[in-house]
Amino acid sequence: MENFLQQLLNGLSLGGIYALIALGYTMVYGVLKLINFAHGDLFTIGAYVGFTLLVSVGITDSVDPMAALIIMGATVMLFVATLGVGLERAAYRPLRHSPRLSAVVSALGASIFFQNAVMLIYGARFHVYPQGLFTKSTLSLFGLYLPLVKVFVLMVSLVVMTLLYFFIQKTLTGAAIRAVAIDHNAARLVGINVDKVVTIVFVVGPALGGLAGLMVGLLYGQITFTMGWLYGLKAFTAAILGGIGNIPGAMLGGIILGIIESMASAYLSIAWKDAVTFVVLILILTIRPTGILGERIAEKV
Amino acid sequence: MKRPVSFNPLWVFFIVIFALPPLLDPYWVDVLNNVGLYAILGISLNLIVGHTGLFNLGHAAFYAIGAYTSAILNTKYHMPILSILPLSGFTAGLFAFMVMRPIIHLRGDYLCIVTIGVGEIVRIALVNNIFGITGGSNGIFGIARPELFGYVIRSPHQFFYLIWIFLIITVVVFKRLEHSRVGRAFNCIRDDEIAAQGCGINVASYKLTAFVIGATWAGMTGNIFATKMTIISPESFSFWESVIMFTIVILGGAGSIEGTIIGAFLIIGLPEIFRDLSSARMLVFGLAMVIMMILRPRGLIPPKLRSYNVRSILERDYSV
Repeated sequence: MENFLQQLLNGLSLGGIYALIALGYTMVYGVLKLINFAHGDLFTIGAYVGFTLLVSVGITDSVDPMAALIIMGATVMLFVATLGVGLERAAYRPLRHSPRLSAVVSALGASIFFQNAVMLIYGARFHVYPQGLFTKSTLSLFGLYLPLVKVFVLMVSLVVMTLLYFFIQKTLTGAAIRAVAIDHNAARLVGINVDKVVTIVFVVGPALGGLAGLMVGLLYGQITFTMGWLYGLKAFTAAILGGIGNIPGAMLGGIILGIIESMASAYLSIAWKDAVTFVVLILILTIRPTGILGERIAEKV
Repeated sequence: MKRPVSFNPLWVFFIVIFALPPLLDPYWVDVLNNVGLYAILGISLNLIVGHTGLFNLGHAAFYAIGAYTSAILNTKYHMPILSILPLSGFTAGLFAFMVMRPIIHLRGDYLCIVTIGVGEIVRIALVNNIFGITGGSNGIFGIARPELFGYVIRSPHQFFYLIWIFLIITVVVFKRLEHSRVGRAFNCIRDDEIAAQGCGINVASYKLTAFVIGATWAGMTGNIFATKMTIISPESFSFWESVIMFTIVILGGAGSIEGTIIGAFLIIGLPEIFRDLSSARMLVFGLAMVIMMILRPRGLIPPKLRSYNVRSILERDYSV
């Protein structure tokens, strides 16, 4: 039982990370109907920017840990969001009215570009986040040993997701994003600046992805330039699992996927854990072809 | 009624290519061999992505099934490698049928993630030495060289002719398919699924047919790949391979065989040309992908629209 709860926490914190990345996929998909394959690499860049701040800048020497975390989070989000906006301008906007699969190839090309840029700057080997920010501290709750970093990651992702949910559902900008997701032309007719909405989406999505990268660095300690593709693929799976384009769906999908993965590696086999996630995905899609929360879109005749 | 004879520059291109190997050193002939293999894979994927409009990013799985079928039958049961060619195709096709049958109704991007998932499941199964026959991450080695009429094919120059003749056969077969009733049905599904259904096309069955034919062909290519390399491992069938095949199809021009061949030249050839940039070559490659897509969003050689000679159809004698 205790082991089970421990695994549940592992799954929840991993799931929170997946959910944050999945939100980037699902928001971009919502407004552009494009799978942003470069999103996983923006996530990697987030992890590396955090690494630079911790190791090269030595941010923890000058300020106390809590302030350091906030500064790191803000810098990473700002930096990755800038890259995201640039990516959309350079690689996706010229292809907005082209066949959809052409934009996918452009996204794959951007992904290769980012991945190799990170490799050229930081080298091909693993990098290790300095431990000491969190490692020693644990929380004791109901006789359970809870590493503080996992609780922290889970808390941050939950708070960020709640904020995002209210941003999308309750603000005027959120309403504009939802309108553009439904119909570009109709949105334009009621006076929404579609390009501006797309830019906002490419600020929010990559910022969340970059934050997730920073949290992976803090949580697992080890980062590499290729990690973006596996996390990206898992998060994309999560987005599809919940129903792509659907924001609560991405959150739910991420959490479910994280739990499945940590349970599979604990109780089945670590070597097969990735295969288990995909088998579950295929089974769920066989029963619900548009994901768990995806609405059944009526086909036009 | 005479069919209008149209001249296709593709055949001139093939004649030029066949004259090249004696002039090149083995290294560049091997590059041409890889181009040929990827062109065949691209054409088989083109049927699924370009013609039927299904988003498949897991083609490497079918390729892997074919290659491993050949490798296992050859190394364990000593069957001559080329005689297993049809069987490798059959196994890959059967696998495609069984896996895709329950999920063929998924739309667009949902199908995409499932094909990625299938590709990953196959790769993980191979790495974990499923059934104890795939040799885990080391793979299988000691696959025999092909033998044709008592003549063993060894050097890159000899393989060139095997691969490129197979490519020509592929081009002929897929050209015929493209202009058949089945080919038209595929295109109809791609352009408008509901209209296709309205015309009495069994959409699910045709989609499945596209997958099975494409997978069969990829499986046969896997056989040639296995005998060319004599050693295969799961690394050769990663997600990256599927991405390369997909890029070849889209970059060349989805739905166009000529485009796919040009795409194979660019995607396999460009990294060779950028060789001098050493570690930065993939950076340039990624950038080139984005720029090429922006400059030619419909691919380098977009497929020609079907054209029919209306007069000849009207003047046809329908009396029985």
